[in-house]
Amino acid sequence: MSTEVKIPQQLSVSQNPAPQGVKLPIYMDNHATTPMDPRVLEEMLPFFIERFGNSASRNHSFGWAAEEGVEIARERIAKLIGATTKEIIFTSGATESDNLAIKGVAEMYREKGNHIITAVTEHKAVLDTCKRLEKNGYRVTYMPVQKDGLVDLDDLKRAMDDKTILVTIMAANNEIGVIQPIAEIGKLCHERGVIFHTDATQAVGKIPIDVTKQNIDLLSISAHKMYGPKGVGALYVRRKNPRVQVSAIIDGGGHERGMRSGTLNVPGIVGLGKACAIASEEMSHEAAQLSRLRDRLRDRIMSRLDETYINGTMDHRLPGNLNISFAYVEGESLLMGINDIAVSSGSACTSATLEPSYVLKALGTGDDLAHSSIRFGIGRFNTEAEVDYVADRVIETVERLRELSPLYEMAKEGINLKDVKWAGEAH
Amino acid sequence: MSYSDKVIDHYNNPRNVGSMDKSSADVGTGLVGAPECGDVMKLQIKVNRETNVIEEAKFKTFGCGSAIASSSLATEWVKGKTVDEALAIKNMDIVKELSLPPVKIHCSVLAEDAIRAAIGDWKKKQESTKPVASAVTQ
Repeated sequence: MSTEVKIPQQLSVSQNPAPQGVKLPIYMDNHATTPMDPRVLEEMLPFFIERFGNSASRNHSFGWAAEEGVEIARERIAKLIGATTKEIIFTSGATESDNLAIKGVAEMYREKGNHIITAVTEHKAVLDTCKRLEKNGYRVTYMPVQKDGLVDLDDLKRAMDDKTILVTIMAANNEIGVIQPIAEIGKLCHERGVIFHTDATQAVGKIPIDVTKQNIDLLSISAHKMYGPKGVGALYVRRKNPRVQVSAIIDGGGHERGMRSGTLNVPGIVGLGKACAIASEEMSHEAAQLSRLRDRLRDRIMSRLDETYINGTMDHRLPGNLNISFAYVEGESLLMGINDIAVSSGSACTSATLEPSYVLKALGTGDDLAHSSIRFGIGRFNTEAEVDYVADRVIETVERLRELSPLYEMAKEGINLKDVKWAGEAH
Repeated sequence: MSYSDKVIDHYNNPRNVGSMDKSSADVGTGLVGAPECGDVMKLQIKVNRETNVIEEAKFKTFGCGSAIASSSLATEWVKGKTVDEALAIKNMDIVKELSLPPVKIHCSVLAEDAIRAAIGDWKKKQESTKPVASAVTQ
């Protein structure tokens, strides 16, 4: 006795005509990077050939022209986050900003203490920097997060001691989009005289950030996550109440008030500035639009598929982020089925380490569901028609792969998969 | 990661998807891997008792495209072979046929394990059913 499963044949890209108004492939991985806004490119272009000067050249008009571009950018960035221009240090991107903030504080305040607090769901730019400091005699507390992805403020209070010099907690997570209670964390830090750094790579330009209201001392920014160019970012460094200092990690000509030497990437900085100016103008409108599209994607998928689980809280989340686990379906095989759509998976098969997402594991998501997760990152240029197409392709592919899944079959037979003695469990 | 044309073909048109009655005396079932590891394969064979030839093979796989392709290919290869011939299939044969990259070799290992587990299950059934069957006919 055998049952033949019917497999739909229309699966490869060429066999799938795009509906009207949808151009394939669709980019919906805006947490990885964003396309540049054409308005940003337009602003940058004069700074490659006409205004090519070195912004540090103080004695001629070429230098002044470049410097003017840099200073306008500095103002625009400062305005977006409620800072002053002297508090903005340009870097090559958020990874460098994170390194400068954490290593810079660790070295500058070494005599005060050697304890740093961070969270297990941070980006590797923070986690690996902290790990390096551990080798150099610093003590690091990696705080767990709750099931919803948020850090527990009581945990943070308990973790602080008289040797704590720095707390580094991200503003919004790159995988699950969960927004941490930054203002409250900053308040706790300031009450205890501890410096607070936040990696705001995913948050700046997406949700309101105000370094004063949110008690932030150091904040990392990346241009390419907010429709600007790659290879440029910034670090906000508080100048008063309290004045924060960081030791430089790159030595040289003393640019950026000695904190970051190296000739400035003038076109990139101009682009970052323009990206911030656009965000200042359009963020509230855009956030509403992205939330609407995200909820539409979620509702369409979840109304048609059972046993799908959202990873991380929906209550404190970036507008464009959706992270769903599709039980009984492995993430990489799902990506392969929707290969005209660019999204990401927390599946081990998509990572270099063959380990499933450490962020999802930190939420208590089982390894099986971490393998089954997909991250959707909706951005400025995604349309409603694209969202509908993505939802339909995901639904059809998950249904097909579930028909192919022995786990789905067992679950439908009423077998509890947790009770099964798996042959490969020792792996 | 880019996939070979053969992996894509098996992924888009998997051969021999389905299930057979695992309680049948002629059917051997292999279930290998674990959900936590991201790969589970179920491979079933139906064997002719007289000839020991595998007359039918079915699979279902939870795993990446390479895991699906490896198990789909395994069912194609075991069909028509005797049990002993099927046992001679090695994971590196699958790697070669599907041009799997090093990071996907474990998928082929799992497919070989699945073939062995299915045959092992069938053999166990034969040992336990034979005396009973002869007792009935006597």
